[in-house]
Amino acid sequence: MKPGTRLKSAACDTEVMVIRAAEGQIECGGAPMGEAKPAEAAPLAADFSAGTLMGKRYVDAAGQYELLCVKPGKGSLSVDGQALVVKDAKPLPASD
Amino acid sequence: MNIALLLEMAAEAAPDRVGLVCDGKRWTYGDLLAAARGAFSIIQNSGAEYVALLDESSEAAVIAVFGAALAGVPYCPLNYRLPDADLAALLGRIAPALVIGDEERVTRIAGGQGHTILSREEFTLKAQETVPADDAREYDPGEGVAIQLFTSGTTAAPKAAILRHSNLLGYILGTVEFASADEADAALVVVPPYHIAGISALLSSIYAQRKIVMLPAFSPEGWLGLVEAEAITNAFVVPTMLARIVDAMDKKAADGGAVVRTASLRAIAYGGGKMPLEVIHKALERFPAAGFTNAYGLTETSSTIALLGPDDHREALASEDPKVRARLTSLGKPIPTVEIEIRSESGEVLPLGEAGEIYVRGEQVSGEYKEKSALDAEGWFPTRDAGYMDEDGYLFLSGRADDVIVRGGENMSPGEIEDVLLTHPAIADACACAIPSVEWGEAVGIAIVTRDGFEAPAETELKDLVRSRLRSSRVPEKVAFLAELPYNEMGKLLRRKVKEVLAG
Repeated sequence: MKPGTRLKSAACDTEVMVIRAAEGQIECGGAPMGEAKPAEAAPLAADFSAGTLMGKRYVDAAGQYELLCVKPGKGSLSVDGQALVVKDAKPLPASD
Repeated sequence: MNIALLLEMAAEAAPDRVGLVCDGKRWTYGDLLAAARGAFSIIQNSGAEYVALLDESSEAAVIAVFGAALAGVPYCPLNYRLPDADLAALLGRIAPALVIGDEERVTRIAGGQGHTILSREEFTLKAQETVPADDAREYDPGEGVAIQLFTSGTTAAPKAAILRHSNLLGYILGTVEFASADEADAALVVVPPYHIAGISALLSSIYAQRKIVMLPAFSPEGWLGLVEAEAITNAFVVPTMLARIVDAMDKKAADGGAVVRTASLRAIAYGGGKMPLEVIHKALERFPAAGFTNAYGLTETSSTIALLGPDDHREALASEDPKVRARLTSLGKPIPTVEIEIRSESGEVLPLGEAGEIYVRGEQVSGEYKEKSALDAEGWFPTRDAGYMDEDGYLFLSGRADDVIVRGGENMSPGEIEDVLLTHPAIADACACAIPSVEWGEAVGIAIVTRDGFEAPAETELKDLVRSRLRSSRVPEKVAFLAELPYNEMGKLLRRKVKEVLAG
């Protein structure tokens, strides 16, 4: 998956931009994400329904994946069933 | 990854929020995105290979930077203060371009270069008019160059530094939290649009959703007036601006004028040149409620790579420990998203405390010029800045590597000599640089500006002062007294001009 690719959730309104990714399946709301929205919406899996937040970066524990949420939704993100977590950004003082 | 994403996200999340105030006109994020999309068409139809801006800061700078990004054409803001011949040469290097701004001047000096020329008003108006109702166009994916900036060329001919979308997005996404600003926040932008700090100010403020208030031409009175009128919370200034602001406040107070209300100012960042200790001390007193941040960065690094934050400033000011007090003259610590090393001339990594050349690596570091990349095989960029890191991780700058004076094989940094000279009560400003020497190859020459109300110190007194604090090799062989030192508009000392004076 190329950096800059935009992926849409099949289960909610979430859209992400890929910053970093490996070969695994990127999912939202428990369903695979794709560059186009499927004709029929996928059901939102209860385990992956915590929601996404605009502008947050989501990462896996191994640091192989990083996704930027560019449109929020009700589903939450995962790769091959493993939930991604919000990347902690250390706030810096505004410098410009 | 395209930098236009920053504006797209701001407009998606808050289309009706005011993102820019310029010349009394207010622009929402929705307005700005619509105009950038309109500019895409103008740029594509012109067939331009660059989008150039020859103008002071205005809404056109914002529309042009994002319009160019959407169209996949590098944005190249130019320094309008350059003489005609130099500017014509730079315009020739980017032809054919869509040039926005001073129509009359571009036509006169570069009319035959094949550019499409639009005034600021024409460009802005056209960009707003040509917004398609149903926007199904293909925008550039952002895999190439977003911005090309000609370096200021204080030592040589201007180089064309290029910043890729990935460098700039790496910087913004790594250092700015999306929509983190309060609705009442306002950033006063006074740095010219052709400077990296002027560009990063736009990108970071838009992504943070901090309203940008532009002051196209700096004056201390204009700056203070806008701080009060727009309840400015954040500002970035170069050292000379801060010095003039503080002077204007003092003068107003001495004249018994009304006190300028600056209490809204929470954060003042500065950079772009060496901050005199006296100025920052005064500024900390005049703005007791503001947090000060010293930002160190270069064009080639997409802006800030190290910073000294507000707590460090206050701690240094209050401390009795000379080591902690000295931090006010440091660049602070590297930001978490970059790595910094100090290397010797032969390329070895030096231990803490030893001075050498500053190297930096990270996503935001382009280190790339149009002609060639300056990165080494491992991605490190040699900044050509000389400095060292102390045991607590604070980075100190001792000057440009090219400014080092080499006397009989001994390397001397101008900064250490200048710092000693500036302790003399009669000296307002000082510059040390290399002068030719038959015996040593190079020797130390100094140019001195005497403080108002003081007599110029004797040459022997200055030599004794340096000898008493530093090694005898640092003692100046030539002393010139000047009315003022030559600085460029960003507050960078033009050492080559001082060299010319000392050689003459």
